[in-house]
Amino acid sequence: MQKVQTKKTNVIFGESIGKKAFRKLTSKTSTNVCLTIIAIYVLITILGYVGLLPDFQTRVGGSYEPPSLTIAKILGTDIFGRSILYKILTGTKTAITIGLLVTAISVPIGVGLGAIAGYYGGKLDGAITWFYSVIISVPYILLIMAISWVMGKGMFSICFAMGITSWIGLCRLIRGEFMKHKNREYVMAIKLMGAKSPLIIYKHILPNVIHLAIISASLSTLSAIKSEVILTYLGVGIQDGSSWGTMISDATGELSTGIWWPLVGVTIAMFVLMYALNIVGDALRDALDPKIVD
Amino acid sequence: MLTYIIRRLLHMIPILFGVACLVFLLFTAVGEDPVRVTLGEHATPEAVELLRAKWGLDQSLPKQFLDFLGQIVTFDYGRSYNTDDRIVDMFNQGALVSLSITGPPFVIGTILNLIIAVTIAYYRGSKFDRYSTVVFVAAMSVSYLVYIIGFQYLLAFKADLFEINGYAHGLESIPFLLLPWLITIVVTAGPDIRMFRTVFLDETKSDYVRTAHAKGTSEPKILLVHIMKNAMIPILTYTVNAIPFLLLGSFVMERFFSIPGLGDMMITALNNGDFPVIKAMTMMIALAFSVFNLLTDILYAWVDPRIKLS
Repeated sequence: MQKVQTKKTNVIFGESIGKKAFRKLTSKTSTNVCLTIIAIYVLITILGYVGLLPDFQTRVGGSYEPPSLTIAKILGTDIFGRSILYKILTGTKTAITIGLLVTAISVPIGVGLGAIAGYYGGKLDGAITWFYSVIISVPYILLIMAISWVMGKGMFSICFAMGITSWIGLCRLIRGEFMKHKNREYVMAIKLMGAKSPLIIYKHILPNVIHLAIISASLSTLSAIKSEVILTYLGVGIQDGSSWGTMISDATGELSTGIWWPLVGVTIAMFVLMYALNIVGDALRDALDPKIVD
Repeated sequence: MLTYIIRRLLHMIPILFGVACLVFLLFTAVGEDPVRVTLGEHATPEAVELLRAKWGLDQSLPKQFLDFLGQIVTFDYGRSYNTDDRIVDMFNQGALVSLSITGPPFVIGTILNLIIAVTIAYYRGSKFDRYSTVVFVAAMSVSYLVYIIGFQYLLAFKADLFEINGYAHGLESIPFLLLPWLITIVVTAGPDIRMFRTVFLDETKSDYVRTAHAKGTSEPKILLVHIMKNAMIPILTYTVNAIPFLLLGSFVMERFFSIPGLGDMMITALNNGDFPVIKAMTMMIALAFSVFNLLTDILYAWVDPRIKLS
């Protein structure tokens, strides 16, 4: 396996970094399977937004019916006779939305502030470092609870809260990389040619460090979906509608009365997505990290 | 060294000041009115005024902020709105409870995970290594809350091996804590072992390992003596950084098993609008966090003589 790959790299010499990373990423079957799984979850989300998912609020049977062989009741029903399957599908939409929204907020903040702090240094760096040191000193859950408490409960507010508290790790990484890169020869050469700082940051250094943002985006999606469950249990998550968090929280009382299907259904749905994201995250790191050479 | 510590301690002041501003902003300036929360909608204006004066809320915001800063400096945070207990006492009591949940599994878990990670690193690239990775990734893909619910149901409810929930003080608390301990160890195993394994494997590629091999040093000795020393640096950071969070316990675990630790106290306080408690506890946790950060750096220098503190 190892040998074949080395041969390939030698043959394809003039391949771009992006292409090479993509080839490495899709070279393993397990990664491809996981990418497909994620694509299916995303597809369900899109279907949900288009309005093609069945309404989870409709009663499809009696209260707490165990799984049976009809599509709506294949995973059983909940206390109001609603289909667990439909609830999971709607929850999928919620989970993917949260994952992507949080990532869309946190990654740009992390990259932007990290780049500015690392490149300009001095007082600007001091201010940004101070800012994230303050945020990181406050317990994460407390901060999120406080923000969503101030902003009102709901999906957008917890996404916002998670987004603006979870960029710090990435910011530190990017800052460190920019500090290293700004003294490299290629940056000095461009500076001599008269390039302006924003251009150097955006066009020249950023492409060299952006892989960190991509890797961290996959992890941030994963941890946002996980956090939603915890936050919902603690009472600050999604209150209306359906999410995996509300389903798992509801299951705390149900399990002791022998009603296992809501918990099992949602756990499997979540497990598959989390597993796929974990594997893809690792594969992304292998494909994009220049330190790992095959 | 001493100048370094002093400099770092001074460096903590602006950060703690920032935390104080943030906390004050979130829980005084923009938060709900705690007087209304406590007295309800139909309170008489006189009662509202009276309580306002008692809690110092009739003062201007800058004055309230100065009072808060004064509390931080003197470590006297006053009393809880709800229970009228002294907050410092609440904190001490809660922190002890929280530590009793998180401390033992942290110590046992870290040692256990380190042993497992070294074993996996010894058999790196083998089937055992690959399968264990699959198992740990799978374990990491299940929600923390599902672990708690599932373990409670299977081990406490069905198999009757543990107490279902509750808490007692002193040594009698141990039966109630066994299940939370077990769950914490299981949940942290996945991420910890994977992290430790990566650290060990990164080190195996170093030149000094190749040299040791060339000299004919045995594999276990390389792993346990040569690599272990170098791997301890990232592992130590990772571990020590987790310590301030031990103090906080686990919000979910305490909530779920009705254990009166800091996490539970803070959520109760948040739900009741008991802001002095939240503000005080956040400040004390931030302080603990900063102190442990400093300790990590000092430990760093102690473990790795190449690092000079300046």
